[in-house]
Amino acid sequence: MLKTRVIPTLLFKDFGLVKGKKFDSWRRVGSAMQAVSVYNMRDVDELIFLDISASPNGAEPDFEQVEELARECNMPLTVGGGVNKVSDIRKLLEVGADKVAINTAAYYKQGLVEEASKLFGSQCIVASVDVSTGSGEPEVVACCGTKQTGLRPVDAVKRLEASGAGEILLTSIDNDGLMNGYDIDLIKSVVEAVSIPVIASGGAGTYQHMVDAIVVGGASAVAAASIFHFTECTPSQARDYLRLNGIPTRK
Amino acid sequence: MTVKSVAILDHGLCNIHSIARSFEQCGANVSVVTQAKDICSADRLVLPGVGAFSATVKILRAGGYEDAIKEFAKIKERPLLGVCLGMQLLADTSEEGGMETGLGLVPGRVVRLNASKGERIPHVGWNEVMLRSQSRLFSDIPNCSDFYFVHSYKFVCEDNYVIGVTDYCGGFVSAVSLGNVSGVQFHPEKSQGFGRKVLNNFMLA
Repeated sequence: MLKTRVIPTLLFKDFGLVKGKKFDSWRRVGSAMQAVSVYNMRDVDELIFLDISASPNGAEPDFEQVEELARECNMPLTVGGGVNKVSDIRKLLEVGADKVAINTAAYYKQGLVEEASKLFGSQCIVASVDVSTGSGEPEVVACCGTKQTGLRPVDAVKRLEASGAGEILLTSIDNDGLMNGYDIDLIKSVVEAVSIPVIASGGAGTYQHMVDAIVVGGASAVAAASIFHFTECTPSQARDYLRLNGIPTRK
Repeated sequence: MTVKSVAILDHGLCNIHSIARSFEQCGANVSVVTQAKDICSADRLVLPGVGAFSATVKILRAGGYEDAIKEFAKIKERPLLGVCLGMQLLADTSEEGGMETGLGLVPGRVVRLNASKGERIPHVGWNEVMLRSQSRLFSDIPNCSDFYFVHSYKFVCEDNYVIGVTDYCGGFVSAVSLGNVSGVQFHPEKSQGFGRKVLNNFMLA
C-alpha cells in the first residue's frame, strides 16, 4: 500500500535556514547542511528545500549549494526557488534534485511547466502554489508572497495539472508558521479540483493537524517546518501517530 | 578483492548524481558514460531514471546509444540495470508521449497507470515490493519492504519476467529480470538501506 509522506520543509534565505510566520518575520534556524544530514540519518520520507530569496532577488538557483545538500540525501529531494527556465531544471536534476518545484515562473513564464514536463516527465515537476486570503477571497500569490496573481487557487491548480505538473505543493500563507493547523478548506478545494497528488503545507503544529489535512482535507502528503524546528516533534513520531490513526506510513 | 566497476549512462535528461553516489557508497568504481563508444567496455551498465520516454528514446537513438546498449546486453551479455524510466526503456514499446519503440531487451510494453477510486497519478511515495520469484537483485531483502516510487507509467509483461509487484492502480510490475538484464520501477538510490542493498546485489551479479 502507498504510504502517506511526512515531509520536512527547509526554507533557505541568504546564508542559512529560516522559518517565519505568514511568509514574514524570518528567524534563523541553523545551517542547511546540518539539517539535511540529521534528516537523512532520521530516515525521513522526503525533503523539500526552497530558496525563498532567489525569485524576489531575481537570482537563479544556487546549484553548488544544492549539489552539496543532495550529496547527503539518501532520500528524495525536491528543490525550488528561482526556477525560471528549462536549463535551471536540467541543472538542478544534474546536481542531485529528484523533483523541481516551480512557483513564480509557473504563472509568468508561459509554457515552462508544459515544456519541462514533456522533457523530464511530469513526475519530477512539482507546482508550488502559495495562497493568501488577505484580499478576502483565496488568491494565488507568487514571488514568496509578494506578487498577487489574481488567480483563484482552484483555477490555477487545474491549469497547472493540464500543463503537466505531477504534484501540487499547496501552502497557506495565512496559516504559515502559526502552528494552528492547515487550511483544510483550501486543501479540500484543491484536492477535489485535480487528480495529481497534493502536498499540504502551512500551519502544522501538532500531529493531529497532519491527520486532519490527510483525512479531512484529502492531502496525499503533509509538509511541515515549524513543528520540527521549534518543538520536540519528529517526522518519525508523526508517522507513528498517523499510523495509529489508520493512515499508512513507513515504519 | 578487486573493486567492481559500474558505468552509468548520462544522456542529458537525468539526475545521475544520486545514483552515482549510491554506487560509490556501495564501494563500486563508478564511471559516468556520455559517449556511446564507452558503453561496450563497461563491466556493468545502469540506465538511470527521470525523463520522459519518447524524449529519452530519441536521444538514445540520435546519440548511437541504442545499438551500444543492445550490444552490451545481448552480445556481451553483461549485467544491465534499468532504474525507473530506465526499466521502462527495456520494453518493446511505450505510449508515453506518443507510441514509441523501446530497447526491446525485456519483452513488454509501457502503459499509463490507471487510477482506481481515490488513487492519484503520478504514483509518488514509498510503497511495498512484493517479491514474486527468487532473484539475485532482492537477495537478503525482506518481502514487502518499502521503496520510493515516482512514476505515471507501468511496465506490462509476462509473468516469467516479473520478480516484484506493487499494489497501486490495480497492481503493477515493480521489478523485472531476464537473464543479465534487470529493471526496477522504484528509485533504489533514494530508498535508504534496502535501496542500497539492491544496488549492492547488482554489483555482485
